[in-house]
Amino acid sequence: MSSGPLLTVRDLGVSFTAEEGVVRAVDGVTFDLLPGEVLAVVGESGCGKSVMAMTLMGLTRFPNARFEGTAHYKGLELIDAGEEELRRIRGAEIAMIFQDPMSSLNPVMRVGEQIIEQIQAHEGVPATEARERVAQLLDRVGIPRARDRVDAYPFELSGGMRQRVMIALALSCGPSVLIADEPTTALDVTIQAQILHQIQSLRDETGAAVILVTHDLGVVAEIADRIAVMYAGRIVEQGTVNAIFYDPQHPYTWGLLGSITRVDRARPERLPAIAGLPPSLADRPEGCHFRPRCPHEFDRCRDVPPLVARIDGDDDHLDRCWLPVEEKRERREVRPGEIGLGRKPGAAAA
Amino acid sequence: MSVKAEPGPGDIRRTGASKPLVEVRHLKVFFPIRQGFLVEREVGRVHAVNDVTLGIEQGETLGLVGESGCGKTTLSRAIMRLVDPTKGSIRFRGEDITEAGRRRLEPMRREMQMVFQDPFASLNPRKRVGQIIRMPLRLHGAPRDEAPDRVRELLRRVGLHPEHANRYPHEFSGGQRQRIGVARALALEPSLIVLDEPVSALDVSVQAQIINLLDDLQDDMGLTYLFVAHDLSVVRHISDRIAVMYLGKLMEVSPAQELYSKPIHPYTSALLTAIPIPDPEANRRRGRVAAGGGGTPRGGVAVVGGEPPNPVDPPSGCVFHPRCPRATELCREVEPPLARYRGGHLAACHHPLNVSREETVATTRDPSSPLSAGDVLPDGAAAEGSLGTS
Ligand SMILES: Nc1ncnc2c1ncn2[C@@H]1O[C@H](COP(=O)(O)OP(=O)(O)OP(=O)(O)O)[C@@H](O)[C@H]1O
Ligand SMILES: Nc1ncnc2c1ncn2[C@@H]1O[C@H](COP(=O)(O)OP(=O)(O)OP(=O)(O)O)[C@@H](O)[C@H]1O
Ligand code: SF4
Ligand SMILES: [Mg+2]
Ligand SMILES: [Mg+2]
Repeated sequence: MSSGPLLTVRDLGVSFTAEEGVVRAVDGVTFDLLPGEVLAVVGESGCGKSVMAMTLMGLTRFPNARFEGTAHYKGLELIDAGEEELRRIRGAEIAMIFQDPMSSLNPVMRVGEQIIEQIQAHEGVPATEARERVAQLLDRVGIPRARDRVDAYPFELSGGMRQRVMIALALSCGPSVLIADEPTTALDVTIQAQILHQIQSLRDETGAAVILVTHDLGVVAEIADRIAVMYAGRIVEQGTVNAIFYDPQHPYTWGLLGSITRVDRARPERLPAIAGLPPSLADRPEGCHFRPRCPHEFDRCRDVPPLVARIDGDDDHLDRCWLPVEEKRERREVRPGEIGLGRKPGAAAA
Repeated sequence: MSVKAEPGPGDIRRTGASKPLVEVRHLKVFFPIRQGFLVEREVGRVHAVNDVTLGIEQGETLGLVGESGCGKTTLSRAIMRLVDPTKGSIRFRGEDITEAGRRRLEPMRREMQMVFQDPFASLNPRKRVGQIIRMPLRLHGAPRDEAPDRVRELLRRVGLHPEHANRYPHEFSGGQRQRIGVARALALEPSLIVLDEPVSALDVSVQAQIINLLDDLQDDMGLTYLFVAHDLSVVRHISDRIAVMYLGKLMEVSPAQELYSKPIHPYTSALLTAIPIPDPEANRRRGRVAAGGGGTPRGGVAVVGGEPPNPVDPPSGCVFHPRCPRATELCREVEPPLARYRGGHLAACHHPLNVSREETVATTRDPSSPLSAGDVLPDGAAAEGSLGTS
């Protein structure tokens, strides 16, 4: 395994010009992806996770899109790489499992052919061998009657099976970076465990790195090494799994962790949720984006808090919140195994 | 082993009082599999829904869970009459709609709405979101000038910004599209909403908001929900009852809370133990994924292992037997009927969990059992060995 990061992303920004104005979907995103690690990206629905992931594959180059910053992969600059270069990399070097399996599978093409096509585009293997490999892949991702399903059309498969076809497609060429956007969302917990196991073995066997976009914090707790928490286009907190779960620094992270419903806990009268709406990305609040919903907001929050290490002795735990660390630890609500958004000292209970 | 007589008039409804809004009887939906080069012939059939009997009471939320491919979407679509049943009947407000054609279904369409599992495929990519939500209003004759306000109000209710009305579906994130589907379904204030995985694509906080919203709407408008999900952590909060499906059949139907404290069917129990816990340390101790999801119990957790079932040629006896840790000869040979336990809790298993000997002895065969099920009810002796979960 080489030592440096596989992927280096610096100040990545993506904006779309829409009728309501300029939508800043990704804003100043910076991170490194190390070989063999699983980096989970979590955050509110619509905060830019998929746009960030697809931009790395050159899949958001719409006429109304604008890009800033850089993303290096093995000496190649992904953000302005040519289509030709991207095609060579896509699927073989960097593979993606899409959030939306139906729109990324060709509806009039048998699922097997779609995978065979990808294998043959990158490797010169004969058709029969490719077909055999596809059958094995489909079987590995837990598709029953895999051999027959090679010839199925996407509409003949259930939602979860289509998702597994996508996963087989992504694994087919043994990529070094796997970007998985909600790979197990459509799947029940038993198949989910199988798929996560496969992603892990891809990593263990080939040293591939994984960017796992998901809202399932149970899955994150299970297989991620590091977590990046996004809110309204920005990474607001980043750190190891344990740091984020047991010593979260950003109030949005507290709210997110506090919204988890756990079957191993009593059922609450009403599900806890962060009050209010996330900002419109075309009209974002100045300063900290979480400010309008944050019970701890103060003067300083009108300036954008940088993503920096704020805890003494832990350079890997970064966050974007102006509150002093001691204050944060005091204010967040920590019940055994649970974190809550907390409230401003002196404020009445909600 | 005991054989008990069929009980008197029983039903699977929560209370015996009123007629259920939706009644599904012995419903089967099979899909033919065709093969052949020039002349296609049927070589088999996918048993997507295989003899399901179920009632949904006015104002209740029925959760429907089960693994990928077990037939949840097909059952939902059959209730909506979007797919034709192979056998059995579907009633809506007491009226048999199994064979109803377009014309007869038209007035009912307004009352039954569905939020589709795949939000992208179900939204017309060439229409602006405002138009998509307005469409059902227009079709059903809402005054033209009221529509824009109503659209804004609906968008706000599902947690989107009113100015989003001018965007096209591809300009939204996965979770936002899902909420557009919810807004469209709410537009006509239907009496039944079938929600197929409505929150699986949402982050936990928005998930909570949507579930709270559905809860409120139900209180305000007396809505009835069929809420489909593939995992049990989401449905708990919203459901009054939960039906667990496996390979086209019902395995267990239970009052919501009880399913978690007292799962009777081994499949339900496996689903519950397989839920990932959002706590890294606790997970490390459990090692669910490390076990490969492949059945080897590790750290005390048994994840359902074994080959995923084949819906073309379902196993004999209990369809779950090839993957069940409690399976015996009996399970391989005789299909267990849905036995009725205390409190209207139904389960189709020869070797039930978490029930006392007395309760097991007192069970009766529920009339909602599949016609192919035998008359063999679980006997008290089997209950002795119950593995306690929790
Ligand atoms: N082509 C586009 N034009 C305008 N806005 C867009 C476009 N594509 C995405 N957006 C907006 O960019 C934001 C980020 O979208 P993205 O799909 O990355 O969210 P996400 O974090 O993946 O959410 P989810 O968890 O719901 O999938 C959203 O607010 C979305 O509405
Ligand atoms: N049009 C079709 N033609 C052939 N088979 C089909 C068709 N639609 C569904 N099936 C099959 O029927 C079975 C049940 O599918 P269904 O979509 O109802 O499952 P589901 O429980 O909703 O699964 P998921 O959780 O993955 O969405 C699957 O085996 C599927 O492959
Ligand atoms: S009937 Fe038998 S095989 Fe089926 S779930 Fe019960 S114990 Fe397992
Ligand atoms: Mg997304
Ligand atoms: Mg489905």
